[in-house]
Amino acid sequence: MNTWANIKTITKRELGAYFSSPLAFVFIVIFLLLCGFFTFMVGGFFERGEASLSASFFLWHPWFYLFLVPAVGMRLWAEERRVGTLELLLTMPITTWQAIVGKFLASWIFLGLALILTFPIVITVNYLGSPDNGVILAGYLGSWLMAGAYLSISCITSAMTRNQVVSFIVSVVICLFFILAGFTPVIRLLEGWASPWLVDAITSFSVITHFDGFQKGLLDSRDLLFFLSLILFSLFSTSVILRSRRAG
Amino acid sequence: MIKVQNLAKVFGTKRAVDGISFSVERGEVLGFLGPNGAGKSTTMRMITGFIPPTSGSVSVGGFDTVEHSIEARRMIGYLPENAPAYTDMTVHGFLNFCAEIRGLRGSAKKDAVERVVETCFLQAVLHQSVETLSKGYRHRTCFAQSIIHDPDVLVLDEPTDGLDPNQKHEVRQLIRRMGEKKAIIFSTHILEEVDAVCSRAIIIDRGRIVANGTPQELRQKSEWAGAVTARLGGVRNGVAKEKLSQLVLAKRVVVLEENPSGVLVRVYPKQASGELAWTIASLSQAEKWTLQELHTEEGRLDEVFRTITMPDTVTEDKQ
Repeated sequence: MNTWANIKTITKRELGAYFSSPLAFVFIVIFLLLCGFFTFMVGGFFERGEASLSASFFLWHPWFYLFLVPAVGMRLWAEERRVGTLELLLTMPITTWQAIVGKFLASWIFLGLALILTFPIVITVNYLGSPDNGVILAGYLGSWLMAGAYLSISCITSAMTRNQVVSFIVSVVICLFFILAGFTPVIRLLEGWASPWLVDAITSFSVITHFDGFQKGLLDSRDLLFFLSLILFSLFSTSVILRSRRAG
Repeated sequence: MIKVQNLAKVFGTKRAVDGISFSVERGEVLGFLGPNGAGKSTTMRMITGFIPPTSGSVSVGGFDTVEHSIEARRMIGYLPENAPAYTDMTVHGFLNFCAEIRGLRGSAKKDAVERVVETCFLQAVLHQSVETLSKGYRHRTCFAQSIIHDPDVLVLDEPTDGLDPNQKHEVRQLIRRMGEKKAIIFSTHILEEVDAVCSRAIIIDRGRIVANGTPQELRQKSEWAGAVTARLGGVRNGVAKEKLSQLVLAKRVVVLEENPSGVLVRVYPKQASGELAWTIASLSQAEKWTLQELHTEEGRLDEVFRTITMPDTVTEDKQ
């Protein structure tokens, strides 16, 4: 298929772009250090004495991603706009959608790669005990989907500006909203004055609420649908923004 | 190949392009002239499909750039202003990417890349990162990208900007050579380029076409076209000016230089024709002036350009 060939070409180029700069290595090292530190020092992996990764390892992912994913996504469109290659890319015989999906996939694959590199912890927990590896796998899947959702939000903010810093900050704020909507202290605060249906509505927008199921090993179609529709919606918004920016 | 009809683009309240129509056929090289901000780049961006027109239409090879944008884009090679390229790639990687996205695979891709590397003299920097290239090389890299799929239509936004004189010469030759088989539009500020390369030129100002013709035709519009400069001996300024002004063909006489031995005058014709020089020669014979120098000016493009695009200021510094 021509469409997939175009998407593949763009994905390949974008992945290459990550690894031709130190960004990829810096990102991976920081991500792995953070994972290690929080799991063992803050999450108390050993003290818990549980053969599970949910409370000590996956628990932190929404918060790591809050800063790390916008850092990966911020350059996607902002850089193209700044350097002027956007004009080159969008006058090639490809659709805007192919470009958006190609770029998104490249970053998502990159995030997946970083996630896979946390495999030593899976080996550790298997060595120390006998965890349910299905649950762990579900946790990884959920984590990757959540990263994709954050990334698609970064795509929107990146398409809005030529300044990567602005893109980064705006997408952190938006992602923070998606976390806080399901963060227990915030829910408590809301319960004080809002009616229960409103609290429910707000928490159902949270990535934490939907990530919870994956951590417990539950593959709920609603959670899957939440992440996938958030990604699709954001990518669609990106295409609208790109189009309206060009229309001037 | 390229057909532009009533093309207009409005940014906010500004009409950047205001009802432009023209067409370019295969074998033509169209020069696109105009002051900064006249709407050259905007027009080119609409032709290449980067921005949609507010009204009007562009078709390339029969494909409307909005309705059938992908088919139209396949036929176009585009060099945007400032020659952007992915700074994180090597020249080789960048050209490979462009070839691939143009649908070239395998040996076709390899051949295409080799061909443009040779045409654009990029061998020396092939494995260098685009970021470290000098402006001339970056420009040529982006130019190479625009011809990698051997397109029927080339749209070049200031292709010689930032090049040294040798490179400019090479690029012009390249454009002229390719112009034999393709339809080319290129924009420029440099008027000598129009003479060197174009088969036709369009001058646009404030979003409108103000002149359209071959470089010769444009030159004819100049007040200079057919003006005669003569150095006359044995005559005083006042007399020469008076006699010359009485000539039927003369519109205006300007004294450029005056010294005891004679005067240097320039006579502007009412209409550009070769006759004026003759009549001046016979006049000076009749009046017994010694004619030391006599030549007919060709029109000057820069003067035409200025008269057309800034009509108010030209009269002041005209001699």
